[in-house]
Order: sequence, then structure tokens, then C-alpha cells
Amino acid sequence: MAHRIRFVQGNEACVEGALYAGLSFFAGYPITPSTEIAELLAERLPARGGKFIQMEDEIASMCAIIGASLTGRKVMTATSGPGFSLKQEAIGYACMAEIPCVIVNVQRGGPSTGNPTHVGQGDVNQARWGTHGDHNIIALTASNHQDVFAVTVDAFNLAETYRTPVILLFDEIVGHMRERLIVPEPGELDLVQRLHTSVPKDVDYYPYLPREDGRLPMSDFGGEHRYNVTGLYHDMWGFPSSNPKIVSGLLRHLIDKIDNRVHAITRHKEHYLDGAEYVLVSYGASARSAIHLAKERRSKGEKIGVVELQTLWPFPSGLIREKCQDAKAVLVVEMNMGQVLAQVRAAVADPERVFLANRVDGQLIAPADIKQILRVIQGRGI
Amino acid sequence: MAVHDYIRQRFFPHLWCPGCGHGIVLNNLLHAVDDLQLGKNDIVITSGIGCSARISGYVDFHTLHTLHGRALAFATGVKLSRPELTLIVPMGDGDALAIGGNHFIHAARRNIDLTAIVMNNKIYGMTGGQFSPLSGTDVLATTAPYRTIDNSFDVVELARAAGATFVARSTAYHAVETIEILKKAITHKGFSVVEILSQCPTYYGRKNKEGEAAEMIGHYDTMTAKIGSKALEENPSLIARGIFVDIERPEYCEAYDTIISQAMRRTQ
Repeated sequence: MAHRIRFVQGNEACVEGALYAGLSFFAGYPITPSTEIAELLAERLPARGGKFIQMEDEIASMCAIIGASLTGRKVMTATSGPGFSLKQEAIGYACMAEIPCVIVNVQRGGPSTGNPTHVGQGDVNQARWGTHGDHNIIALTASNHQDVFAVTVDAFNLAETYRTPVILLFDEIVGHMRERLIVPEPGELDLVQRLHTSVPKDVDYYPYLPREDGRLPMSDFGGEHRYNVTGLYHDMWGFPSSNPKIVSGLLRHLIDKIDNRVHAITRHKEHYLDGAEYVLVSYGASARSAIHLAKERRSKGEKIGVVELQTLWPFPSGLIREKCQDAKAVLVVEMNMGQVLAQVRAAVADPERVFLANRVDGQLIAPADIKQILRVIQGRGI
Repeated sequence: MAVHDYIRQRFFPHLWCPGCGHGIVLNNLLHAVDDLQLGKNDIVITSGIGCSARISGYVDFHTLHTLHGRALAFATGVKLSRPELTLIVPMGDGDALAIGGNHFIHAARRNIDLTAIVMNNKIYGMTGGQFSPLSGTDVLATTAPYRTIDNSFDVVELARAAGATFVARSTAYHAVETIEILKKAITHKGFSVVEILSQCPTYYGRKNKEGEAAEMIGHYDTMTAKIGSKALEENPSLIARGIFVDIERPEYCEAYDTIISQAMRRTQ
């Protein structure tokens, strides 16, 4: 057991999680603060027969993993800030063509080149709406390395289950900080393998005809079923179509396959929430400070709790509504100008009770920063 | 097999204009595949966006119709994942060399075993006749109402300089030559580039008064000459046809296999 205890960076915990989940193809491009993921996989993947390729740019990396996924592999790319912007077109392609893949974005300060080696959480909305057009997406996050490992495994499982790109939205602090990771034993965490079609050779296979349960079994490129994959609206053969019925049917399918399963997709953690008068909603590195503060104030008898989000998209509105309904006030703790704040305000019955504790200067929001705002809300001055 | 056995007849009629050269290229490609007796399950066609890119939908192989300019990047992922598959990447001139220019030179540099076909009609056809990086100067296009001032790439020289190990040029007029060149390009181990001049009577021809389709395709006979021919020697302003580069260099996927054995040995 001892050898399974590791002292690692968050980026390394992500690599361990991805390999545990069955990652066998990675394409990437160097960018801070996600580069360690590419570096580690360049070494680890070929040692287990997998493939690593450093592409000419972020766009090509995203395209290459989609191509490799179609041959039946579990695939991933990793990036930060500007690289995430560049990948958006191909992320939309993976949404449209329903190709499982995992995209890691270790967030830094933005916009543009921004604050490369400093923390930020400003890509929450970009994860949801970065690519053009209506679509749906899954985005997960974590605040500590054990959870980074677990949500990375989860990302692969969700990508295979729903045939969708899944975004892992980490941040510079979680990515670079070192702490303990216990690598689970094989079999300890459930792994979802790709659902392959049972249609035999020489029988028509319809790649985009959902089963009764809504899932679309796949057939690997190079296998016995030949079909077309496109980013255009397409019919059940995967052939381009602008037939209004097909267009609206496909878009609704892309939205519904995720929206109808928010409950199953949602992961979250509760800290000191019992009877909490003040609820802090947070995620990623920010949640570490929120949890620290709640623990400290509880010891002094103040009823403060934390809802830690691990699924950011689809946003768990129902969960937030339920957990915040009895709170005197809700404080969203994040390192941006209020991206999750807007979601929380939209979710609760009285949005005027929801406040923002943020920091956008490239520094971790500290428990003291949150406490200061909390005191104002509590009417205890500054 | 007959050529129509490689076609998805369900998806016809195709969307190309009457007189377009792209149908001829498709026909030549299928003849090459048939002559080589390649299995349909072993071929992956990856294409981008544009008139040329629609080839992928019409053929009964594994087909991946991707994003504008990105076909080679997708193809690289498929090929590195499954090196035993034959990857053919038909592209237009704008697709391959404007928006896709970076992927083009880097695929060549890696010498990954893909066959890139640049169907050069010197125009963006699908969007209605804008000039491309292969239009050259003094040409009329919807985005060049006063004629183009942009210089053209020479696909052959670009591919050679970037590291492609097989580089050839043909035209829609020279169908038999094209078939033979495509066969060599597909069998070649490494990155192959085949430029095929293909007429666009609808936009390029009409705008530049080059005549009807038959006249345009006829020009390919008079404006080109085979490498090493007397005609080319006497008139160097003719466009050379034939195979310019056919050399051996380590192929990317094979080289990566040696990385795998090395890494596996080290961790044993």
C-alpha cells in the first residue's frame, strides 16, 4: 500500500487519474501552467504502449485527439488560457459529432496572455460557451489532489457514457501545489468502457441512431462498419443534412442528453453545512480557503458551511437552491468577477441574498479575504 | 471491383457544379484505390471544409469530414493511433494552404504516412469565388475586384522544403497520369503531397474569362508539360507535371514505435 502514497503536483494527480481511467492517446502543446501534464505523459504513455504527440499548435492537438478517439482510444489534451481559446472550434466539433474526449484547462489569469503563472478561475463561462452555437458540455473541477484524481477518472467515464467532450477546469494553484495522493488500487474506482455496437459485419450500422436509452453505440474507425463523421448537422448515417426536422432533432438531442441527466452528472461536497446560517459556495483552489474559514468559524460557534462544487456544467441549480434555501446569506467564493455567482443568483429564490467574495489579482483568495466580506454581510463592520 | 462499388450511391447526386474538375479527381482516386486492391475497411478519408472536402461523404470508406484547414491534424491523430490504416486527405487550395498551412508544413516535417491531395482550383468555390493563396497575382475574384496583388505559393516547392518525401503534380486533364501518381503516393511510406490542378468554371473561370469547363480543362494540356520533357526545356514558363520528390526518410509512426520499445525496456 505504501508505494501507492505519492507526494505530487495537482497536474501529476491528473495524469495518474487519466492513466488509471485508461488514457492511451494524448496530443498537446506547451503552455503554462498545464505543461507538466504533457511532459509526464510524454514519458508515461509510450512505456505502456500508448501514444503521445506534441502537435504544432493547440488547434491541431484538439483535432488529433478527436481523430484518435474515433479509432477507439481514450484520449486527452491539456492546456491553459489562450490555448483553451484556440481549442474551442474543435471542442464544438466533438460536441456535434459526439466524440468522447477529455480537455484539461489548468486556469491562469486572463484575458489574453494575462497572468500565465498565477491563478485565475476566469474560464468557467468559456468552458460552457466557448465554442459557437447552442450545445451542451460537462465541466468538472476539484480542490485537492485526491479529488483531482477522482474527477479525472470521472471525466473519462462521463465522456464515454454521454459521447461528449468533458472539460477538467483546474487552476494554477491546484495544478502546481504539491500534496499527498493515494493512488487507488485497480478496480477500486469504476471505469466506463466505450459502448460498441453489436451490429454484425455486413449489416447496416447507423452511427447516429440512438438506442432506446438514448445512447449511441460506436464503431471504431478501421473496423467493420464504414460511416461518415461530420461537424455539419447530420442524419442517422452521419451524412450532412439541412432538413429542418433533422437539424432541430439533433440539436435537441445534444442538449437533452446532458440536461436530462444533471442529477446523475453532478458531483459536489458538503463541509460543515449542518444548520449553516451562512453558506459559502466555492470550487477549486478557492474552496480550500472557504473550507478553512468555515472550519475555523465553526470552532468559534458560528454556523458557516460550504457547498463545494465539482461539477460546474451542467450547473447544479437544483442542488444550490436546496442547500441555500435556509441560509441568511450565500457567499460565492471564486477568483473571477462573478461567473458562478451569476449561476447561483439564477438558481436561488432570492438572489439579493447572494454575495461575491472574489480576488482577481493572481493571488489565492485567502480565508481572511472571505472573512472580511462575511463580516460586512453579517453587519459586523470591516 | 468497379469504381461505383466504392461510392455511397445513397448520397448522390453530388454537390459539385457542372464542369467542376473535382469529380474527375474523385474518379482517379477510386481507380487508384481499386488498382492497389486496398480493402475498404483499411482506408480512412479525412477532409476539411470546401468543395473538395465533400469527397469524403461520397466514398464508402471510413470518412471524417472535419473543420476548415484541420484535416491533416485529425488525420495525424487517426494515423498515429492506428498506423496500419491508409490515410488519404483530399483538400482544397485554401483549405490546405491558407487556414491549414501550418498543419500542412508540420505534417510534412514529421513525414507521417498520409497522402495529401491538394485539389487546386485557385479559388474558394464554396463561399462564392474569393482568391486563395494559390490564385497568384493579377487575378479577379470577389475579394479582389481590382485584381490580386498576393503572390502564390508553389505547392511543390513548399512541400519539398517542409520535408515531404513524395511530391507530385498533375491535372484534371491528365487522368491516367493522376491515377499512376496517386498509386505511388498512397503506397509511399511517408508524407505524400499530390497537387492536382482542377478547374472551377463557375467562379474562377467565369470571373477571369477562361471559358467554359471544356476550354479550361483543355488549358491544362497546353499550359503544363512533363518533367524532363523537351516542351518544358524549351518553354520553362510551362507548369511542370510529374513526380518531383520520391525519397526515403524515417516515417513518424514507425519512429514512434521505437520510442515505445525504448520506453517499455526502461520501465521493465
